[in-house]
Amino acid sequence: MNTQRAFAAALIDTRLPCPEGLCSANGADPASRFAVYRNNGQGSLINALGASYPVVAQLVGDEFFRAMAAIFVQQQPPQSPLMSRYGEAFAGFIAAFEPAGSVPYLADVARLEHLRTLAYHAADALPVQPEEITAALADAQTLTDLRFEFHPSLHLLDSAFAVVAIWGAHQQGSTLEGVDINQRQHALVLRNGLDVEVFALAPNASTFIRNLIDGQPLLAAAENSPEFDLAQTLGLLIARNAITHLNDKELP
Amino acid sequence: MLTINDHAHSRTQAARTGLPSRAGLGLKTGHLREVLGSQPDIGFFEVHAENYMVAGGPFHHFLGLIREQYPLSLHGVGLSIGAESPLDEQHLKRLAELIRRYQPQSFSEHLAWSSHGPVFLNDLLPLAYDTPTLNRVCEHIDHVQNTLQRPMLLENPATYLAFERSTIDEADFIAEVIRRSGCGLLLDVNNVYVSCVNHQRDPQAYLDALPLHTVGEIHLAGFAEDCDSLGDRLLIDDHGAPIDQTVWALYRQVLQRTGPVATLIERDNQVPAFTVLLAEVQQADALLRDAGGRT
Repeated sequence: MNTQRAFAAALIDTRLPCPEGLCSANGADPASRFAVYRNNGQGSLINALGASYPVVAQLVGDEFFRAMAAIFVQQQPPQSPLMSRYGEAFAGFIAAFEPAGSVPYLADVARLEHLRTLAYHAADALPVQPEEITAALADAQTLTDLRFEFHPSLHLLDSAFAVVAIWGAHQQGSTLEGVDINQRQHALVLRNGLDVEVFALAPNASTFIRNLIDGQPLLAAAENSPEFDLAQTLGLLIARNAITHLNDKELP
Repeated sequence: MLTINDHAHSRTQAARTGLPSRAGLGLKTGHLREVLGSQPDIGFFEVHAENYMVAGGPFHHFLGLIREQYPLSLHGVGLSIGAESPLDEQHLKRLAELIRRYQPQSFSEHLAWSSHGPVFLNDLLPLAYDTPTLNRVCEHIDHVQNTLQRPMLLENPATYLAFERSTIDEADFIAEVIRRSGCGLLLDVNNVYVSCVNHQRDPQAYLDALPLHTVGEIHLAGFAEDCDSLGDRLLIDDHGAPIDQTVWALYRQVLQRTGPVATLIERDNQVPAFTVLLAEVQQADALLRDAGGRT
């Protein structure tokens, strides 16, 4: 007997009729009571997305957001009881969601918000003290092979839009006045202590950080990046406690 | 009339969770700094286990600080104990790890299902009460208790529907699960009231059928009101309102039979200011003192 299969299917797909075999003590139509479960389930998942994607919701308005989220929930219900992981595929869904096509940067804002969620819950790691980093940089012997490991919360996002500025404009108020939306931006997301921070990187600095993430030594990572401000980028990484390990030998 | 022995018995049972027989509160992110700053006199805090199944960050940071100062109840909402499919072993491992890390005084879950196959439905869904379900639920609880190496509490559900194939009354079903598995009862008094209204049951008869001597924790919460197709009251367990007077009255009656038991004020939606919830905690604490004959 597999009643839960039919029950689950009808919860997710609201076009399906109320499952068979249900009843109410007072003789009321079971569909009117099954609707409570549909509303609870759908509502809770839409609310969960709303909590994870607040700027996406602001950009399209609550009504549009809930309608869009309802379709996503039907198409891609959660595959895990860990709701902090739900919505990983939301940005991809938004990118292909035609009614949202008039807001071309919406999917990238969703990507940024998802990275913020990842950063918020990422593993803890202690930063290397700035003096230790300065000493390693000053030591010509170790400098050649010096590699960085970054905090587990550190993520990069390359966008064809001013994704950081758009997101930032919605932290207080919600106006895009003065934001050049089509200005390409590279976002750096990380958790510094307990706070998730978002920065717009200078051009090409993201290539440098990506090279470091890929395991390239500092000097090679810099050489393999188009021109950028090395001192400023290193300064940012050190100041935001992003560097959690120094290696002066190649990793095994 | 209660005898002294009844009280002593209930205290022994309640003590097995390790939670104090006082009022506790669901821990809300928005109240964290206020709680840590003012260190209010609250018996314990309860958290949803799944929220803390993350690698690191603020959730663990703050729960660690809370745990240094308060007893903790770990309340699962995603184990899907009533599911037709086998229990999620990965999820059990995560639970075991959380329990190892925070050493909560109590672990509880629901008589409900929330997953089917890989799909998680994010709700506590109703069960058909028949022998196959009874056997399955008991097997699942055995497995949980064996894996976690500790007894758990099982919460009575709030439901909106029944199944034609059910052959056992809900309270009898719960009593039999508890008898067979040796788990304790998390008595959600709001759920008792909600389900009794929704299924035209008598709350007194429902409580009479439950093994109240196994109650290790009580939950109190608010409900929302809806109507079904006949226009009859349909109560929704939404944890989004103050505790109803009817539920407070039922709680007082329960305490007369159980003696003082750890009692959680549950609020998950439309969460008000901390002081509003603290007032409900103090109200429950006063009733617990009355029930224990203490001053």
